[in-house]
Amino acid sequence: MASAREMRLRIKSVKNISQVTRALETVSASKVRKAINAVMATRSYATKAWQVLRHVAEQPGRNSLHPLLAKRNSVNNTLVLVITGDRGLAGAYNSNVIRFTAQRFDSNVVPVKYIAVGRKGRDLLIRRGKKVIADFSNLPAAPSFADVSAVGRLAVEEFKTGVVDEVYLVYTSFVNMGRQITTVKKLLPLELEGEGLVRDFEHKSAGPTAAYEYEPDMRVILDEIIPRFTALQVYQAVLESQASEHAARMVAMRNATDNAKELVGALQLAYNKVRQQGITNDILDIVGGAEALAAK
Amino acid sequence: MTIRCEIVSQDRTVFVGDVDIVVLPGAAGEMGILPKHAPVLTTLKFGVIKVRKGGKEEVFTVAGGIAEVQPDIITVLADAAENVEEIDVARADAARVRAEEALARGVPSDTDDYLKIEAALRKSNLRLDAARRYRKNNNRSPYSE
Repeated sequence: MASAREMRLRIKSVKNISQVTRALETVSASKVRKAINAVMATRSYATKAWQVLRHVAEQPGRNSLHPLLAKRNSVNNTLVLVITGDRGLAGAYNSNVIRFTAQRFDSNVVPVKYIAVGRKGRDLLIRRGKKVIADFSNLPAAPSFADVSAVGRLAVEEFKTGVVDEVYLVYTSFVNMGRQITTVKKLLPLELEGEGLVRDFEHKSAGPTAAYEYEPDMRVILDEIIPRFTALQVYQAVLESQASEHAARMVAMRNATDNAKELVGALQLAYNKVRQQGITNDILDIVGGAEALAAK
Repeated sequence: MTIRCEIVSQDRTVFVGDVDIVVLPGAAGEMGILPKHAPVLTTLKFGVIKVRKGGKEEVFTVAGGIAEVQPDIITVLADAAENVEEIDVARADAARVRAEEALARGVPSDTDDYLKIEAALRKSNLRLDAARRYRKNNNRSPYSE
């Protein structure tokens, strides 16, 4: 058994660690709240933009509306945007995303290229020997649309120039504090039939009763709104992922704190036993010595 | 008879309400929208959106975007939008000075940087302009805050 001194040190270090994990838990708790607010705040824009797109799509002759809406006959290259965190200590958050990505795309028939958002994801992808063409790390804690729009623009650019024929988005969608789901979404070509990223949009207006007048013209407007909407989906995915990351970190840190507490308890018990044993031995020594003296 | 007006920017909802008339800086010039307007989809220029309800008028700056007009609802998807009463004049002015300095230093006019700075300059000029012209309590100078 370890000496009493060693055990004292061990208890102290475990206590220190539990203090750090508790602090991280508190920090994540406040960050997750902010992140959720940010997700909610963008939802209204995303919902509205989606509605406008749908309204446009409901017009006749939508098949040749826009190149970003057109499905390509043959898919030769795939691009995957992978959103992870910049930091670890978030439980299985980062590795879940990468494992999911590997499961989904490792057996892909056509070559796959990756854009990494977040340092952890980039490192893990590179370690697995994936082709990472761009890396957006160190996003600010509460990114604005401008911080993230470059990611979406790059994806649109790659798609438009024909370098890739499909773009997917892998991110972690936030359900609640205890539950985050790694998700894959098709980003381009944009599919108007599905529900897209906006899950719970409500139709307030019954839709256009007559054909739109376009100013300046339909092409210009679609050129503006579709790439923007694509970037917006990326933005929302980033926000959801951040909320998930903080939630995952919070839960992981809470578990760590609990474990540390348990460990301290067990160590303390063992330490007390060792200490008592030491005292008993000392007393035995003294008593033995005194008796030896008295017997003389 | 009112028309619902919703102004949202990427990070928040700026205005929602039932109003009498909305004036937008459309691609083809200013357009006033009354209830039961025919459907229109238009891009927006840099400018101000005026929303009138009863005798009261609210003014918002808008830095480009898209507006969808339906007979019963106007949806403005703004790149950036702000109530003129909320404009932080000191900050806008600082941004303007920064952008002007950057341009004076000379940036090649075909780079992304140049476009970014120019957009920043236009945006801060718009905000300063709007604050000066449309603020209700205009007795204080927009430059002295």
